[in-house]
Amino acid sequence: MKIYFELNGVPQYPEVEPGESLLQLLRRLGMKSVKEGCGTGDCGACTVLVDGRAVRSCIAFAARAQGKRIITLEGLGTVNDPHPLQEAFLDAGAVQCGFCTPGMILVAYELLSRHPDPTPEEVRTAIVGNLCRCTGYRKIVDAVMLAAEWKREGRWR
Amino acid sequence: MAVSVAAKARDVVGQNVHKVDGPALVCGKPLFTLDMDVPGALVGKILHSPHAHAMIEAIDTSAAEAIPGVACILHFGNVPRIPHTTAGQGWPEPSPYDTVLFDRKVRYVGDRVAAVAATSEEAADEALRKIRVEYKVLPAVLSVDEALAPGAPVIHDEPDAEGIYDAQRNIAAAVDIPVGDVDRALAESPVTAEATCEIPYLQHTPIEPHCVIAYFDEDGRLVIRTSTQVPFHVRRIVARVLALPMSRIRVVKPRIGGGFGAKQEIILEPVAGALALRTGRPVRIAYTREEEFVASRTRHPMRVTVKLGAGRDGTLRAIDMEALSNTGAYGTHSLTVLSNVGSKTLPLYNKARHLRFHGKAVYTNLPVAGAYRGYGATQGYFALEVAMDILAEKLGLDPLELRQRNHIRVGETSPIFEKIGEGREGKAQIVRSCALPECLRIGAERIGWKRNRGRRRREGPWAYGVGMACAMQGSGITGIDMGAATIVMNEDGSFRLLVGATDLGTGSDTVLAQIAAEALGVSVDKVLVYSSDTDFTPFDVGAYASSTTYVSGLAVLKAAEDVRRQILDVAAAALEEAPEDLELSQGAVRSVRSGRAVTLADVGHRATYVVDQHQIAATASCVAPESPPPFAAFFCEVAVDTETGLVRVERFVAVADCGVAIHPKQAEGQLEGAVVQGIGHALYEEMLFSGRGRCVNPSFFDYKIPSALDVPEVEAILVPSEEPTGPFGAKSIAEVGINGPLPAISNAIYDAVGIRLTRAPFTPERVLSALRSRTG
Ligand code: FES
Ligand code: FES
Repeated sequence: MKIYFELNGVPQYPEVEPGESLLQLLRRLGMKSVKEGCGTGDCGACTVLVDGRAVRSCIAFAARAQGKRIITLEGLGTVNDPHPLQEAFLDAGAVQCGFCTPGMILVAYELLSRHPDPTPEEVRTAIVGNLCRCTGYRKIVDAVMLAAEWKREGRWR
Repeated sequence: MAVSVAAKARDVVGQNVHKVDGPALVCGKPLFTLDMDVPGALVGKILHSPHAHAMIEAIDTSAAEAIPGVACILHFGNVPRIPHTTAGQGWPEPSPYDTVLFDRKVRYVGDRVAAVAATSEEAADEALRKIRVEYKVLPAVLSVDEALAPGAPVIHDEPDAEGIYDAQRNIAAAVDIPVGDVDRALAESPVTAEATCEIPYLQHTPIEPHCVIAYFDEDGRLVIRTSTQVPFHVRRIVARVLALPMSRIRVVKPRIGGGFGAKQEIILEPVAGALALRTGRPVRIAYTREEEFVASRTRHPMRVTVKLGAGRDGTLRAIDMEALSNTGAYGTHSLTVLSNVGSKTLPLYNKARHLRFHGKAVYTNLPVAGAYRGYGATQGYFALEVAMDILAEKLGLDPLELRQRNHIRVGETSPIFEKIGEGREGKAQIVRSCALPECLRIGAERIGWKRNRGRRRREGPWAYGVGMACAMQGSGITGIDMGAATIVMNEDGSFRLLVGATDLGTGSDTVLAQIAAEALGVSVDKVLVYSSDTDFTPFDVGAYASSTTYVSGLAVLKAAEDVRRQILDVAAAALEEAPEDLELSQGAVRSVRSGRAVTLADVGHRATYVVDQHQIAATASCVAPESPPPFAAFFCEVAVDTETGLVRVERFVAVADCGVAIHPKQAEGQLEGAVVQGIGHALYEEMLFSGRGRCVNPSFFDYKIPSALDVPEVEAILVPSEEPTGPFGAKSIAEVGINGPLPAISNAIYDAVGIRLTRAPFTPERVLSALRSRTG
């Protein structure tokens, strides 16, 4: 089946297999930031934004992308021009192995687009479904708080 | 061994620079093992045993091989039998050779029966279903007590295994190290205390499960791109298992998604390699989360008993520690983890003159235990620090004071350093840096120890209490671990740093770049790090035993000092001054006499193109000269719901002395992450098994690791000391943090409600039943 969707602002018309997950499709299209940590919807590593909402791509069918706008971490910023959230994760030391990072940043992105002034507790609630085994979460919360501050200061694009 | 440059003011060391791999990581670049598309790669999958203990009577792969797309099926019948260990350790390997690629006997539910390579996931899955295996099921041994019982089934009865302590009795390894006369000292001590603490099967759960791609380069050499902590050990062990010359193998470690010891094991690499060799095609294997739980590695479940004897003044006289370790179906790391239970704990309280550490590591028909952050010390500290709490109570002494009276100090030693090493004797050493007194003071202050302890504050059903614990670890394995580094100067004055050291997310590439940058007088962005590639980087044992900052860091420092000398020579010629009058800092060489300077770019250009042309470069190696312990003090406040048994960690303060923190934020991150894993161990984590040895909770849904809402904001505080043998005063930080939470939380629960939780995790059921049996 051929579907249409927008991936990081670029139209896509891929052929999808029946039963193919959105995770598999996106990785097949080169979006390697979409990580598989469990494949059962329990870790959040595969999180992407579908029409602005955080979705676990491992338990979503690829066909669900039809007509949607999908954003993966590749769509936020680049090494030479990172998004403030990406910058904040670096500044705060929120990245250890970095495997949970794509999902964390996208969930934070969703949170801050709804709610630019969260408390640390609200940040923790937002990322509760995203497991990180390395950091103990503290510096991830710090990073999101820092990015929120920058957003309120108008430093986001 | 003070290092010449160490005394100077530091420009880069101690700075929270961005991680060198950070920008690419936060942008989601394809950095991890499976992010590389290898055209034509086959999908490799493994058939796991459904039985805990069985002989394979017959295996029929004909139906599976007939499936279109199935390229190859390997099993005991078509693969040579080469006993080896999967433990990625130095040579000679201290773990028994009790494993082969595929065996006729399976020893746990999840053991490897066969491997398939096919052109698609679907074909590989179908092939797994269609392999017909006839098993003769054998009686299984599902606990250490059963394994040690007379007449127990023998798990390793194969004749070609080597290095097993007593295969007939299912004992993989045994240790008995006495110092003085512990029995007599205990009998004569006016006050004694005892604790037995138990840790269940725990899994590391790196968010990236084990994965590997094996392919051939243009010259037909086997390239193994793998998520490993030990690329050089992978190369050595794969060469052995596949009977290939080492020179035909290249191992590359890209970014890896966490390891914590699980990836100090050579599990998938030889399978992928064998499938690739047999088919002549690239093969990728990715464990599922379920496989990661069941068929990778776990922490050694252990029961540890500690007996303490002390004088009435609280001076320890004797410590007897006994460990009964479950190594599961194979003995990987069995001896060394067991040894570490004693060697990393007993020196902490060196006032005790009579010591004994004894124990056994026992085979069972359960998943395979291996290296896990803390490496035995975590199990040992649980019992030791709970016993210290009990002793303090018996003495009528503040537990904090009991620690203060007995812990090791600068200039002191412990006979244990010499007696227990890495599966053999260790090496004597003196503690040259120890800020534990400060750590204890600061931690006690932060948690409000004096104010909150013994208060039994209540709020409705919630009871509050505080607890504490101390711990130490090591920094590398003395006299065994070797790391090497090469530094090459580019013609523009930047440098390439090549290290075999393995960054598994810990930030070691950054730390090593900082060490090089500091010594070479440049900023970190002038040091390009390339690590963990057996073709292009010098040897390093890899990331384990908290070794990288110290051992590999010393190698980097040595190489940098050599390069610095070469730079000064070139600059001296250019400036026509003596090298002794020159100073290298901030990207330039200056004469302290004339004030004249040349930039590093000038030096690089001159050496490359102009006069006396040569490559400025150096390689240096370091064998861990000592293993300076990092120290930590842990304090926590818990709330216990006396109606439901739920325990909440309200606050956790971890104060650590890791010497000089090269990158303070990363060091804090190590401490915070380790503490949260430890909180997971204390409150949530446990692999559970059916009566037939099948793990019943191999998913994140059923095996709960802490989420952001389950843990408090850990207060990680670094108290600097200056380790004279370390690079710029540094020692390790990676592991020590995981040793504290189990005992500190158990002790805090005791302070809150007066019950001793000695079996992890402290689930609501266990807390409730302890509360009931106390009142009932
Ligand atoms: S991979 Fe999708 S939630 Fe874990
Ligand atoms: S940084 Fe490794 S899992 Fe989060």
